[in-house]
Amino acid sequence: MQTRVEKSDGVAVVVIEGRVDGTTASDLGQVLHDVVAAGDSRLVLDLEAVEYVGSAGLREFVTALKKATQQDGDLRLASPNERVTAILELSGLSSILAIHSTRGDAVGSF
Amino acid sequence: MSKERHLTVRGRFENVPTVVQFVVEAAQEAGFDERGVFHCQMSVDEACTNIIEHAYGGEDKGNIEATVRIEPGVLTITLVDHGEPFDPTSVPEPSINTDDPSKIKTGGLGLHLMRKVMDEITFSFSDKRNKLVMVKRQAADHDQEPASANH
Repeated sequence: MQTRVEKSDGVAVVVIEGRVDGTTASDLGQVLHDVVAAGDSRLVLDLEAVEYVGSAGLREFVTALKKATQQDGDLRLASPNERVTAILELSGLSSILAIHSTRGDAVGSF
Repeated sequence: MSKERHLTVRGRFENVPTVVQFVVEAAQEAGFDERGVFHCQMSVDEACTNIIEHAYGGEDKGNIEATVRIEPGVLTITLVDHGEPFDPTSVPEPSINTDDPSKIKTGGLGLHLMRKVMDEITFSFSDKRNKLVMVKRQAADHDQEPASANH
């Protein structure tokens, strides 16, 4: 898994590539922690290049969501593929996380 | 008529994809569609992660023994480990559907996902081994009838 952080209209966009599973989820968690700790509480996770997210990855999404909302921000998702969307729906997270079909829409939603 | 295959890997996260691929190929051989194969993939990924994290308490502390029994439209997946006894009744249900993000609880999310997509899930512990048996049937509608976990 690889990540990079970009800023777009005052929103921190975390671009994730690869799999977010037991091996990689803690790395993502550290990235998200650092982004919020730096003062960016409006986050978009760009999932266009994400193949799969397991429960470990979903837990990191929720941890980051909690931190962001504590700072009056939010965490939103962009461009999940069909499999990731299915996992978000099965887990119930699709009912509490805003999911946008494009990064632009996710950034613009803030 | 059924076929059975076995695979043993060291309990390391880097080996989970090997077990997943082993099961994916079995699911394809059982004639599952893409959705059914994905459900098996997801469940085995979660189960193996749980074995490493919880049964063994970390990586490289034991093996994961995987067996698949392949029948047309039915796949039985068995995972055995030699870690701490697992009690599925001790796993909390996740609490996701809430307006207050601070109240979200993700404990048990992996098991929750497995129960959503597999038709049967059975846990047992004997002879110092945890044994997890998951059954997937191609024709069943999983979203409406989640699996019940038996201990």
